[in-house]
Amino acid sequence: MDFSLTKKQEMLKKLSEQFAVNELEPVAAEVDESHTFPEENFKKMAELGFTGIGVSRQYGGSEGGTLEKVIAVSEFAKVCMSSAAILSIHLIAPQAISRYGTEEQKKKYLPRLTRGGELGAFALTEPDAGSDAGSARTTAIFDRETNEYVLNGTKCFISGGSRAGVVIVFALTDPSKGTRGMSAIIVEKGTPGFTVGKVENKMGLGGSETAELIFEDCRVPAANFLGKEGQGFKIAMQALDGARIGVGAQAMGVAEAAVDLSVKYANERVQFGKPIAALQGIQWYIADMATKTEAAKALVYHAAYLADSGQPFTKMAAMCKLNASENARFVTNLALQIHGGYGYMKEYPLERMYRDAKITEIYEGTSEIHKVVIAREVMR
Amino acid sequence: MRIYVCVKQVPDTSGKVAVNPDGTLNRASMETITNPDDLMAMEQALLIKDKNDCQVTVVTMGPPQAEGMLRELLAMGADDAVLISSREFGGSDTFATSQIIAGAIQHLGLEKEDIIFCGRQAIDGDTAQVGPQIAEKLDIPQITYAADIEKEGDCVTVKRMLEDGYMKIKTSTPCLITCIKEQESGSRYMTLNGINDCYEKPLQILDYEALKDEPLIETDTIGLKGSPTNIFKSFTPPLKGAGVMLTGTDREMAASLAKALDEKHML
Repeated sequence: MDFSLTKKQEMLKKLSEQFAVNELEPVAAEVDESHTFPEENFKKMAELGFTGIGVSRQYGGSEGGTLEKVIAVSEFAKVCMSSAAILSIHLIAPQAISRYGTEEQKKKYLPRLTRGGELGAFALTEPDAGSDAGSARTTAIFDRETNEYVLNGTKCFISGGSRAGVVIVFALTDPSKGTRGMSAIIVEKGTPGFTVGKVENKMGLGGSETAELIFEDCRVPAANFLGKEGQGFKIAMQALDGARIGVGAQAMGVAEAAVDLSVKYANERVQFGKPIAALQGIQWYIADMATKTEAAKALVYHAAYLADSGQPFTKMAAMCKLNASENARFVTNLALQIHGGYGYMKEYPLERMYRDAKITEIYEGTSEIHKVVIAREVMR
Repeated sequence: MRIYVCVKQVPDTSGKVAVNPDGTLNRASMETITNPDDLMAMEQALLIKDKNDCQVTVVTMGPPQAEGMLRELLAMGADDAVLISSREFGGSDTFATSQIIAGAIQHLGLEKEDIIFCGRQAIDGDTAQVGPQIAEKLDIPQITYAADIEKEGDCVTVKRMLEDGYMKIKTSTPCLITCIKEQESGSRYMTLNGINDCYEKPLQILDYEALKDEPLIETDTIGLKGSPTNIFKSFTPPLKGAGVMLTGTDREMAASLAKALDEKHML
C-alpha cells in the first residue's frame, strides 16, 4: 500500500509547516496560558484556505479531503495543539453542510465558514449526554404557524461555541422517538434565545475555547434544517467518524514533535560527562516513542485513505483515534521524563504538550467509547 | 505589462552545510530552498500585481528539479514559469548566467512597461552580479538594493536602501530592480487554491536549442567551459575572536586602547 503524498500534498505539508512555525508557534504558549482564542491566526488560516479544506471551490472552499485535513492539522499540532484543535473541529461544520446542506444553505453558509473567516461549531454533547449522545434532551419543536423550529435545552463542552458564527445543533424534533427523532439544525450566532453560558477553564488547549450553549425558545427558520427530519443522529455519527481522524492527526502531530524534541534534547543534555542520548535507557525510550508514533501515523493515514476513497471507515477512524491518542499521552509523558526538571517548567513546551495530549483520549469520543465502536465493528 | 522575476534554487545554508573534498558545495546532499532575496523580489512583483493588471512570470536557470520551486512560486500567485535548463548551460558563472537569462528574456519579449525583478544576491555564491549584468546585457536601467517600489505608467519610483540611509530613484521602464530581504513584511505564503492550480499553470522549458540563436548569447562563453571565472581554492575563513569592550572614563578607555594596540605592534 502506497501512502506517499502527491506533489500537491507535499506542498500543502510544506505550507502547513511554514505557517505553523512562523505564525502559530510564537503565540502557542501565550494563547494557552491566557486562554485566548488566536483570532489573528484563525483569520490568516481562512485567508490561505485552511478553513475550507474539504469544501468545493464554488462555495469558497479549497477542495481536498481527509488526508489534506490530516496534513494541516498534524503540522499545526506539532507546535500548537490549540490551533490544531480549532481547525480540526471547525472543519466539521462546513463539511457537514457540504454533505447534507441544500444548495441555498451551501451558498449562504459555506463562503462565510471558509474564506469569510467565521468559526463553525458542532453542538451535540449535553450535561447528561456525553458518551451516551442518544440521551440528549434539547428539543426543536416545529411551529407550523411561523414555519420555524423552537429550540430549548443546553449543550455543554462545545469547542468554539462561544465565538462560532454558525453552530450545527443536534436536537430532538420528535422526543418520543429517541435518537431517531434527532435532527440537525444550523443556528447562527445572535439568534434571539441563543446565549453562551459558562466558558470552561480547562487543563489544556487554552487557546480553543469551550463553552456551554443555552437555547431558550430560540426560533430558527425551517430553511436552516440540515438533512432530513430524524437524520440528526446519523449526521452526528458520520461527522464524528471524520472528526476522529482529525483527533488522530492532532495526536499524531503532537507525538511526532515530542519525539523530535526528545532526540534534540537528549543529544544536547550532558550528564556524567556525556550526552544523555548515549545512555541506553534513553535510547530505549526514544525507540519506543518513535516506533509507536510511526504505527499511529500509519493508522491515521490508512483511515484517511479509506475515507477519501469512499470506503467504510468507521472502524479504522475509531482505531486510529484510540491508538494515536493513547500514544500521544505515552509519548509526551516519556518526552517530559527525558527533559527532566526542564520539561516540567513552563519555559519548555513539553508540559503544555503533555496537558494538551490528554484531551485526545477524551474528546470526540472517549477511548472507552472507541473500544465499544471497534468491538461492535470487529465482532459483528 | 509583464513582470519577470528571476529566481534561484539554492542549498539551505541554515541546516548542515555539506562540502565536497575539493571544497565545493555538495548540493545533492543539501535541502534546497528559494533564495531568500529572490522571495522578496517575488513579493514586490506580486504587490504590483495586486494593484495592477499584469502578468508575473518567474524565470530560473537550473536543473530539471528546479521545477518544484517554480511550482511553489506559481502557488504563491505567479501566472507562468520559465525553466532555462540544458546540459550546455551547466557550470555557468555569473557572466555566462546573466547572458543566458538576458537572452531568454529577450526571447520571451521585453516591452515598454515591463520590469525585471531579481534578488540582490544568492546565499550560495553571494556575488550580487547576475541582476546588474542582466540589465547591462539588455541595456536597460537598473536599481539595486530596492525596498519599496511604486509603479506608475512606464515609470517606477524605488526606495533604495543604503548602509547609512536611503535614496529615492525614479526611472523609466523597462528596467531591472534587485530587491533586498531586509523588509518589514516578508514574502507571502502559498495558498491552498494556489497549490490546487499550480500544476495547471503554464511552465515553459527553454533549452540550448531554443536559445542558441539569441543575439545576446555567445555560445562559446556559456557553461562551465565558456565561463571566465575559475575557482582555484575554496576554504572556510577562520573565525574572528570575540571583541573586547573597554569601560571607564574616556581617558581610561583611550589608554587601554593604546596599550592594546601597542601590544599588537600596531602603534
